[in-house]
This record gives sequence, structure tokens and C-alpha cells, in this order.
Amino acid sequence: MPLEIAGLVKRFGKGAEAKEVIRGLDLSLRKGECFALLGPNGAGKTTTLRCALGLTTPSAGQIHLAGLPVPGQAREARARVGVVPQIDSLDPDFTCAENLIVFAGYFGIRDSEIRPRVPELLAFAGLEGKENARIQSLSGGMKRRLTLARALVNKPELLVLDEPTTGLDPQARHLIWERLRRLTAEGTTILLTTHFMDEAERLAHRLAILDNGRILVQGSPREVIAAHIEPQVVEVFGEWDGSDNQAANGAAAWAAQHAGTLSRRCEISGETAFCYTDDAAPLLAHLAHQPSLRTLHRPANLEDVFLKLTGRELRD
Amino acid sequence: MTATLPLLAPPRLSLRLFAVWRRNFFVWRKLALPSIVGNLADPVIYMLGLGYGLGMLVQEVEGVPYIAFLAGGTLAYSTMNSATFETLYSGFSRMHVQKTWEAIMNAPVALDDIVAAELVWAASKSCLAGTAILAVIALFGFAASPLALAAIPVVFLTGLCFAALGLIMTALAPSYDFFMYYFTLFITPMTLLSGVFFPQGQLPDGVRTVAACLPLSHAVELIRPLLLGHVPGQIGLHLGVLATITVIAFWTALILTRRRLLN
Repeated sequence: MPLEIAGLVKRFGKGAEAKEVIRGLDLSLRKGECFALLGPNGAGKTTTLRCALGLTTPSAGQIHLAGLPVPGQAREARARVGVVPQIDSLDPDFTCAENLIVFAGYFGIRDSEIRPRVPELLAFAGLEGKENARIQSLSGGMKRRLTLARALVNKPELLVLDEPTTGLDPQARHLIWERLRRLTAEGTTILLTTHFMDEAERLAHRLAILDNGRILVQGSPREVIAAHIEPQVVEVFGEWDGSDNQAANGAAAWAAQHAGTLSRRCEISGETAFCYTDDAAPLLAHLAHQPSLRTLHRPANLEDVFLKLTGRELRD
Repeated sequence: MTATLPLLAPPRLSLRLFAVWRRNFFVWRKLALPSIVGNLADPVIYMLGLGYGLGMLVQEVEGVPYIAFLAGGTLAYSTMNSATFETLYSGFSRMHVQKTWEAIMNAPVALDDIVAAELVWAASKSCLAGTAILAVIALFGFAASPLALAAIPVVFLTGLCFAALGLIMTALAPSYDFFMYYFTLFITPMTLLSGVFFPQGQLPDGVRTVAACLPLSHAVELIRPLLLGHVPGQIGLHLGVLATITVIAFWTALILTRRRLLN
């Protein structure tokens, strides 16, 4: 098993000021799968990864990384794992090739062994011919790709990525997705955290939604969507001229009068009413007579599940 | 049952620390010339300026020309400065700003190895600079005895000692500004009290007793006689103090760094 976590608890601080960040988390990755850990800011995603890698000591629970107990044998376990951290940590004093060679040294890989692999690693990251490029000359997307190449110097069994595509343009995101898919196809197990639901939906074989240090749901993207949300969503927004009250003429006023009977569940967020339903036909027929309101009819997705489970309030 | 990484545990080191040392060496190698010149120019200018300028006024100190007296002190305090700067400013950059340590910890290298690598690297760098200064001193004829070569390992030990002390500051620092306190409250007074520029005999009694305990004093007591061609007195005491401070300071720095980064 690439990673197995049982009953993980992590508290920061001591006594009355102690804060429990992870509150009993179980997770087990299957070989060759891509597993996504989703959750709002502060849910405990990064702390879970830090515990899994043996970079911080759990308050309770058991962790096995690449089959070895962590933190007890974390160093040996990390020899078989690659990590793409959230924050860029490339060596600004080195070229692309030197970054890979020096990093391989931390794994005890000889220069003579890594040097011939450098062009191949750079090509994998879409950085062909960039051996001698300085880090300062790379774009954000190129740096992230080089970090991905760096995480592969030891041919890891498990690749851990903390928000790998945050801040990247769509082109760079698609390239990273394609490479990650290629890695899982070759048998590498992937554990990633992300804020992007489309990323999880596309890449992950299985996922878990985490909030307040607990896993709320776990399963394949399809299973999670099928089990936790109505299949159809109609988003309603814009002006509404059917109101008796001139002051209340938005989608919220419309929803207050009609959404209850026409959808199973309706959530208001800002100017938009999100109507969840098993059968959208009656709702759409009604809306056809409300030309001032605008509508968007779509299948429910992971983001709907995520917002339902973790709420729409802002997190810091 | 959860295995723990106790904060107070003694250092647990592996040979991987040399991979981290090598990383710092590679960076240094890229900038070796400006780095050596920078580490060399300042102390040599001070030594020649004060040695010849002030030397005209004071003539002899402890039976040797003032500049010959100053040479050993210069080598000692420049070693202190070089090791201190490396662990404070460069170390803090690697730990906090560039996140180099975080990247390394994702590999099979423990934090203990990284901090130990910083210690040994800072001592190595100060020793490289110190050897260059020693060469200039010898060129001017103030290190004529072969005994002067024995100053090189002493310079390395002095580098270790001040690197270990510096790592404590780095572990505590919220930002670069914090290091100003260390320099103005510790390093600068120590430079003036440790017999670098004038014999400690000039100090008032009470001050002299305290000054004799400062780590730089022990470095000066070893390096100056070696450069002048004598075997230093109380070698065991001076080496012992420097080594003891190194061990205690390094362990302290390690505990503080673990608390900072592994929580």
C-alpha cells in the first residue's frame, strides 16, 4: 500500500490553547490510483501531507508510507516518494539541470547516474533544452513543471502534490494534468490536494472532501456526486419583474416564492439562486415564462457537492 | 503507539548531510572569487590600515610590531564574522526565504542533517576565507613559522563555534532585522573585548575576567601565538572551551529549529 493513515490526530499548541487540526482521519491509497484531497483553506490538507511525509509528529494515529512506519522510518520511506510542494522552492542559484542533479544528491543518487536522465526529465516537464536556463528566467508554469521533474529524480512509487496547479494558466494546467495521467498509467500512485473541483473530477480515481480535520465523504468523483447531490442544477440570476415588491426584484425574491415548489433544494449565493432537482423540466417550463430572469441548466458537479458539504461561507 | 521525534533528542545525523554541504559548496563555487575577495578585502584593509597607521604610534605590543600583533586577531575575528554572516543571513535565506530546507526535507534528509550541514558548511567557508587571509598575512611576512599552518584547523574550530551560535539566532529570527541585535549586542562588543586590537591586559579587572571567557578570546589566544611562531599556552583549555560551546550551541540551535519547523 503506498500510503495508509489510521486514526490520525494532530493538535497544535498545548493545554487550553491546543487546537485540533486533524480529528481522526483514515485514508488508504491503492497502488496506481490518483487520489485527490479536497477541502477549504484550513481544512487540514497540508497538515495531513506533512504528517504523511513524517515532517511533523502526529498527536495520535498510525501512518505507513511506502509500507514503512512514519515518523519512525520517515527518511527511508521518503526515499521512495516524490513531493511537489505548494510553495516554489527551486534553487535560484542553479540552472534547471543543476537543480535536478543537486536534488538527486539528497537521495544518494550519483551525478553519473542522474546526468544522463536530465534531458528525459526536462522533456517530461515540457522543458526540452532548458538544461542551462537560470531559474529566474522561467515563468511560474515552467517553475512548477521543473518542480514536478525534480520530484521524479528518484523514480518515486508515490508522488505527492500540494496544490500543483494553483496560479497556473490553463495551458500549463492541462500539460500538468496530461503528465500526471501519464504517470498513473505507468503505475505511479498520486496523492494531490487541490481547490479546483474540475481538476479532481478529471484526474482523481478517488477523492476525499476534508473539512475541520475530518473526512466528510470519500469515493470516486461519480459516486460522490451521485450520493450527495441532486443530479440537475438550474442557476437562476438577473432581474425579476414578477415581484409585488419593487424593492425585492432579484433571483432571491423569485426563489422565495417559487423555488420551494419547483426544486428539491435551493441555495442563494449573492445574486444567484442554485436550484437542485431530480427533474428540471417543470422548473424550466416555469422559467420560460420569466424572460427577465436568466438561467443556466447543467448537471450537478463536484463543486456543488463541495459547497453543500462545506458551506458557502468564506474561509481564511 | 506513535513513534515520536522528541524536540530535545540528541542530534541524529546521517551521511546525507554531505549532499546538503555540497549544495552550499556549489553555490559558493559559482561566486567564489567575489566571495573570497569580499571576505578578504575588509579584514586585510583593516589590518594594514590599523597595523601600519596606528602601529606608527604604538610601535611594539607584547614585544612584537603592532601589525604582527594585529595579524592573529584579524584572522580570528574575520573567521567569526564569516561564519556568523553565513549562518545568519545566508542560512536564514535558505531556511525561510528560499524554502531550500523545506525542499530538502522532502527528500530522505532529516532536519538534523540540514542544520549540521549548515554548521559544517559555514565553518568550511570561514576556513576557506581564513586560509586566504592567512596567505596574505604570510605574504607580508607576519606568519613566517610553519606553526602558522596549525592555525588552519583552529580557524575551522572557531568557524564551527560561531556557526553554532549563529544558528541559534537563525532559529529564533522573525526577519533579517533581528540579526542587528546580535551584531550590536554580542559580536561587536566581543570583537573589542577579546584582545583582537589591543591586549586584554588593558581592560579593567572585572571586565577582563568576563572578556577572557568570551569564545573569541579563546580563538585569539590560540591563533595569535601560532602566527608568531609560539606554541600557545593552555591549548587544552582554549580548544576545550571552543569545542564545548560548539556542541552546546549546536544542540540548542537544533532544538529551536525543530520547534520552529517540525511543529
